[in-house]
Amino acid sequence: MTLVVLAIVIWLAAWYANVRLARSGAPAARYVVPIIFGLTLLVMWELIVRGLAVSPVILPTPTAIAARFAASLGTLWVDFVQTVLKGALSGYAMGCGAAVLAAIVIDRSPFLTRGLLPVGNFVAALPIVGVAPIMVMWFGFDWQSKAAVVVAMVFFPMLVNTVAGLKASDAMQRDLMRTYAASYGQTLLKLRLPAAMPFIFNGLKIATTLALIGAIVAEFFGSPTMGMGFRISTSVGQLAIDMVWAEIVVAALAGSAFYGGVTAIEKAVTFWHPSQRRRI
Amino acid sequence: MRNALPVLSVVAAILVIWYLAAFWMNAAWVRDQAARADRHTGFAELVTETMTQDRPVVAAPHQVVMALWKGVFGHKITSKRSFVYHGWVTLEATLWGFALGIVIGVGLAVIIVHSRAVDMSVMPWAVISQTVPIVALAPMIVVLSNAVGIEGRLVPKAIISAYLSFFPVLVSMVSGLRAPHPMQLDLLKTYGASRTQVFWKLRLPSSLPYFFASLKVAIAASLIGAIVGELPTGAIDGLGARMLIGSQFGQPLIMWAALFAATILAGALILVVGVIQRAADRRMGVTR
Repeated sequence: MTLVVLAIVIWLAAWYANVRLARSGAPAARYVVPIIFGLTLLVMWELIVRGLAVSPVILPTPTAIAARFAASLGTLWVDFVQTVLKGALSGYAMGCGAAVLAAIVIDRSPFLTRGLLPVGNFVAALPIVGVAPIMVMWFGFDWQSKAAVVVAMVFFPMLVNTVAGLKASDAMQRDLMRTYAASYGQTLLKLRLPAAMPFIFNGLKIATTLALIGAIVAEFFGSPTMGMGFRISTSVGQLAIDMVWAEIVVAALAGSAFYGGVTAIEKAVTFWHPSQRRRI
Repeated sequence: MRNALPVLSVVAAILVIWYLAAFWMNAAWVRDQAARADRHTGFAELVTETMTQDRPVVAAPHQVVMALWKGVFGHKITSKRSFVYHGWVTLEATLWGFALGIVIGVGLAVIIVHSRAVDMSVMPWAVISQTVPIVALAPMIVVLSNAVGIEGRLVPKAIISAYLSFFPVLVSMVSGLRAPHPMQLDLLKTYGASRTQVFWKLRLPSSLPYFFASLKVAIAASLIGAIVGELPTGAIDGLGARMLIGSQFGQPLIMWAALFAATILAGALILVVGVIQRAADRRMGVTR
């Protein structure tokens, strides 16, 4: 019981510190406050699970998860390569690349744009993860079927965003390019694609999470004996809950790093956009 | 209505491509069977046989429609083979998750707008929470809710739905509650309005268009959550479970039909939310 009381005391102390930090308006507070909040949650988890003597089969402590993580780095790395690098990333690259090319083609025909945009918008909202069993049936158990699911999942959100982006340059700018006697290709490369970048990156960011979800879900329908989805479903069956949490940590790190990476590239590419300029 | 013709022709093109794909992908099996039985297949036979297989690689559209029809009208709606039953199981979890997501999203947004400390602590973690693939967490949510003594799959599925759907609501509500112009806030200050009054009379009304706009994203996300929640958790009821069973027991038609049942459900939900959004926007005077 003392541990639970200690957890509550730590919570109150950290909260008080956060309120003070947030009021102080120090520039570092933007990073320190969320870190303190996250650490407090971890400490409370540890203390409460120990204090109430929760069985490790239900909820292991963060330290137990960390120990398991450190002990099975090799397995986790194999799973990471199989699911994230082979399944999610290759599908992400193919799906997003195909969607951008398709958007450029569609954009040339107003008829196609008007026909495909409503359909694309609708399909983007559908539960496309459902194609996972079909893709596994078509492409087999290895990473190819995972990549195919990812392609199907990221294609339409990406297409819709790119088509919207290609319309983002305004009439005045396009007229200017005309007065320069710019060809279609020059207008596309020098004006319309750069103007579309904020939209394209919006799509790319949405697609990062979809890609990981697709790659993991597809493994529930059949996979070789490695991969994060495979490990999660077998470890739940073996009641190796700490292993499941270790995979969740990998998934969380991979997802955040993927998203963060795309955001960093976005910052470099669309530095001119108002939302990226440094706030004063 | 201006878009009707282009949309219809795109849909028609998709159907044509689908039929061609079904013919192309299923033909190999038909030829193989014919070679084994040592009989010759003409083009006409090839077409009919690729369109009527029991276990097609690509189910032809009419096969999917027939399987759907049989699933919806062929059985009593309480039967375990009826898509109405499975659809209801998924829909129930979706709606509970949607409601829970709205409550969490709006509640967090209200606190975030009023407390800087909560804003700085919670907002980055809310963003990170969405980069974590939820499917990895889904089995854990089931284990935990079982441990707490909750029977059945409804609650864990609803939690997974809520996890996906609270985020769009949260983000829109935070910008919505911050939407009032400083001038308007100043005016209320000169009236001597308290924080509660400012909230009820200015912030909340001006956030409603944002709220309704976010619902469309949220309902689609919660349906995905409910379906994903059925996959790794050993569920036997629900459209997601139906897909899994269809794939594991070699019944591709059930798999295809379940996929399209989920698609129709998603379309219906998005339409309903869209109607609500338009009605609300008209009443709020956003669009005329």
